[in-house]
Amino acid sequence: MERGTWRVKKGLAEMLKGGVIMDVTTPEQAVIAEKAGAVAVMALERVPADIRAAGGVARMADPTRILEIMDAVSIPVMAKVRIGHFVEAQILEALGVDYIDESEVLTPADEMYHINKHAFTVPFVCGARNLGEALRRIGEGAAMIRTKGEPGTGNVVEAVRHMRIMMDEIRKVTSMPEEELMSEAKRLGAPYELLLEVKKLGRLPVVNFAAGGIATPADAALMMQLGCDGIFVGSGIFKSQNPEARATAIVRATTHYDDPQVLAEVSKDLGEAMPGIEIATITQAERMQERGW
Amino acid sequence: MRVGVLAMQGAVREHLDALRRCGCEAVTVKRVEQLKDLHGLIIPGGESTTIGELMREYGFFPAIKQAAENGLGIYGTCAGMILLAKEIRDSDQPRLGIMDVVVRRNAFGRQRESFEIDLDIPLLGEHPFRAVFIRAPYIESAGPAVEVLASLGGKIVLAREGRLLASAFHPELTDDLRIHQYFVQMLSAQDTGAIAKRGTPSRSESEHEEERPEVGTA
Repeated sequence: MERGTWRVKKGLAEMLKGGVIMDVTTPEQAVIAEKAGAVAVMALERVPADIRAAGGVARMADPTRILEIMDAVSIPVMAKVRIGHFVEAQILEALGVDYIDESEVLTPADEMYHINKHAFTVPFVCGARNLGEALRRIGEGAAMIRTKGEPGTGNVVEAVRHMRIMMDEIRKVTSMPEEELMSEAKRLGAPYELLLEVKKLGRLPVVNFAAGGIATPADAALMMQLGCDGIFVGSGIFKSQNPEARATAIVRATTHYDDPQVLAEVSKDLGEAMPGIEIATITQAERMQERGW
Repeated sequence: MRVGVLAMQGAVREHLDALRRCGCEAVTVKRVEQLKDLHGLIIPGGESTTIGELMREYGFFPAIKQAAENGLGIYGTCAGMILLAKEIRDSDQPRLGIMDVVVRRNAFGRQRESFEIDLDIPLLGEHPFRAVFIRAPYIESAGPAVEVLASLGGKIVLAREGRLLASAFHPELTDDLRIHQYFVQMLSAQDTGAIAKRGTPSRSESEHEEERPEVGTA
C-alpha cells in the first residue's frame, strides 16, 4: 500500500473537476456550501476581501477553526499556508487537511522560495498567472493549479487575463516543433520535461481551476468556457446578499457552463453580488497576484 | 456500443478516454434526454453530495431508475458507487438507491490516508489490478443478489448486482482497461457472467436492442 503517490495526489484534484470550491470561515458556512453542492471548502479565518480590508500580516488559520470545519462536512477541506511557509504546511498535514493551498492571499513567508511540495503526503494547489509559473509550481510538486486572478475584488478581469495567457501559451507549445521546446523552456522559466508533457497532452499535466474575482454564475461559466477545469469562489459567496442562492447557482452554472438557457435560469433573483473593486484602484504593491514568482 | 458518462461533475474525461480505448462510442450525459439510446452509463468519481444534488435538480433519479429497469447497465466508481447504494451509512444525501448494498463514505480515511495498491481481482485473472483509492468508500454489507468481485482487508471494493457494477477505486486513473472491458462485456448480450449464474436467462442481441432504455424528458 502506497500513500501520497503522485497519482493519488493528482487524483483527488481530478475528482474535483467540474466543481466549485468555496471559501468558508465557520462550520455553518461550510454546511451551507456542502448543501449547495460545493465539491470542497477552503477553511479560512477571513475571506480575501476581509484580508484585503484588514491589511497587516495574514497567516494560516487557527487549527481549531479548521478542525471545526472538518467536523462539520463530509466533503474535502482545504486550507491555506503562506508562500514558502513549510511549517504551516506541516501543521496542516498533521491536522489531516485534504489539500493545502500555498496561497498569495496570505502574506508570503519567503521572498525567494516556494515550499518543496514533493516532501508532503498531502497534495498542494498553487496559483499561477501563466504557463511558466504553473510549471514551476508543478515542478515543486503542486498537484493542482489555479489562476491567481486578483483575490477579494469580485472582479473577474484578472482571472480571465491569467486563463487567456495560460491557454494561449499551451496552444503555442502544442503546435511547436520539438527542437524549439528547450528555448521555450528557458524563456518561460519552466522545466523542460513538463513542457514536453504539455505538448503531448495539449493541456497542463494537472487539473487547472480558475480563481480570484469570480462573483456570479456567469463569471463561473465564462471561466469554464475559457477552458478551466473548475472554479474557486472566495469572497464571492459569503460577501453576497444571499449566499445559499448564489452558491447553488454557481454550482449549477459550472456544470451547465455551455448551456445559456440554464445559465439564464440560475442567474435570476440572486440578490446583490459582492461589491467589486476596479483593479486600477489597487496599487501594484497591494496586488496579491504579484506575490510568488 | 454506446456508453454515456454522467457529467454533473468529477472524473468524466478519464472515463470517456477509457471507454473509447475499449472501442465504445463514449458520450457525456448532462441532460436526461441524453440517456436515450445508451447501452450503458458510467457514474464517475467526484463528490457524491455534489453529483447527487445536481442529479436531483435535473431529474436524473427517476430517469436513470426507469432506464435501469429497462436494462441499462450502470457502472459507478467511488462517488458513483455511493450514489448507486440503497443505504449510505450516517447520511441522508440524495442518491439513486438501486443497488442492494450498504456503503460507508470516506471509509479508508481522509486524503492523507488515500493510497494505491495491487489488488487481487480473481475475475480478471492472476495479474493484480493497480487500484487507486481516493477518500474512498467501501461496501459494508451486500444483499444476496450482489456478487462480491474483490475485497481489501475484508472490505468489499468491487461488486456486481445484475447489470449494476460498482468499484470503490478508480480504474480510470490507470492505463489498465480490464474493468472497463468487463463492464462493456457485461453490457453486451453475449455476457453470461453473474446474471447467468443466478439463473436469469441471458438475452439475445435482438431482444437486447428492444430493451434499450427509453427515457422521456423529465
